[in-house]
Amino acid sequence: MKLSKIFEPLVNPLSRENPVIVQVLGICSALAVTAKLQPAVVMTISVTAVLALANVIISLMRKTIPTSIRIIVQLVVVAALVVIVDQVLKAWNYDVSKQLSVFIGLIITNCIIMGRLEAFALNNRPWDSFLDGVGNGLGYGIILVVVAFFRELLGSGTLWGYQIIPQWCYDNGYQNNGMMILPPMALITVACIIWFHRRKEKD
Amino acid sequence: MNRQSNLYTILYSALLVLAVGIVLALVYQVLRPAQEENIANDTKRQILAAARLTPSEGESISTLYNDHITRSFIVNSNGEIVKSDIAPFDVDVAAEIKKPDNERLLPVFECSTSNGTKYILPVYGAGLWGPIWGYIAFDNNGNTIYGAYFAHQGETPGLGAEIEKPAFSNQFQGKQIFSGTGAFESVAVVKTGREPADKPYVHAISGGTITSQGVQAMLANSLEPYAAWLKTLNTSSNN
Repeated sequence: MKLSKIFEPLVNPLSRENPVIVQVLGICSALAVTAKLQPAVVMTISVTAVLALANVIISLMRKTIPTSIRIIVQLVVVAALVVIVDQVLKAWNYDVSKQLSVFIGLIITNCIIMGRLEAFALNNRPWDSFLDGVGNGLGYGIILVVVAFFRELLGSGTLWGYQIIPQWCYDNGYQNNGMMILPPMALITVACIIWFHRRKEKD
Repeated sequence: MNRQSNLYTILYSALLVLAVGIVLALVYQVLRPAQEENIANDTKRQILAAARLTPSEGESISTLYNDHITRSFIVNSNGEIVKSDIAPFDVDVAAEIKKPDNERLLPVFECSTSNGTKYILPVYGAGLWGPIWGYIAFDNNGNTIYGAYFAHQGETPGLGAEIEKPAFSNQFQGKQIFSGTGAFESVAVVKTGREPADKPYVHAISGGTITSQGVQAMLANSLEPYAAWLKTLNTSSNN
């Protein structure tokens, strides 16, 4: 088997089958956590961890799960992982956990996770499922980080909390664009990314 | 065993829930000390913020707290210091506020700053969507507000949530909560154009009327029981 074939589940979701801009899943959290770069990165790490672990666990259990309650089983596994992530954040990074507040809990309802469990982990081996989980988590994260980059830079003039736009710009009449902080600009930024992506990948 | 039978399904879900429950309980037990420390540090940060103290880069909040908060104690509505099994820091202000004035435990944090000794009192009340709370620092005359810090659980961003911004809380600096004759007046939170002539006031948040009224009610309700104790400060500093 060729190396590129082995890592297909990892690489595909980064661009060609990107969960946000191609499958258009997980848009809601892309609006909520992208006003600043730091929460977006923490959210990416959290979603990737939950998705990879849930994929592996469900894949290991796939031969035992009764079909009539498979969605419930998936939900229980995802919810348990999300609670663990929330508790770990509260213990290790309290400030970020306060900023993300309900959105960590809402990872449970992130369509990407249920979608990947249902479409991939139930029919594939653990290692492939792990790669698929990491790939989709990162594919989601790339979009989050790109959107957060533009929103924080144009909306607050900072990146990761550090001032980027120098003071003399403000002295000469430059102003932060307050619109960028508001949720609609996240949608418009995502739409712009989809536009560029479709231009590049015609199929 | 047949994977589609009812018995299998029920046993499977029962075992799954049991396993998940055990894992979550373990995780909670392991992480609880760190979480409690974070919450305590967050409270310390808020208390210090009322006295205009913020940790500089890399400085730990507990160090700053221990350096500045020299003493903390509990008073009652008669202005006497009471002995209690509970540490002042652990008093549940939200629960105390529901009791009659004369049964409340009223924590006081004495803070030494470069501008002299300040006394920080916790306040607690209701906003539009949920609880609001804060800390008010007084000069050692027990009358003039040195600084204020407000926080909220879920007020509307851009409207009621603005109470946590310095633009709002800094207005309180220098306000006196007792009138010239010594009557407790608190601080009113009023709209522009409705300023009272003879009472201390700050300007409310535009579009955050209910939250602003909540702040006004919170201050009156939480500070009034302290009035007797604050007056004892005034007489002792005059002597």
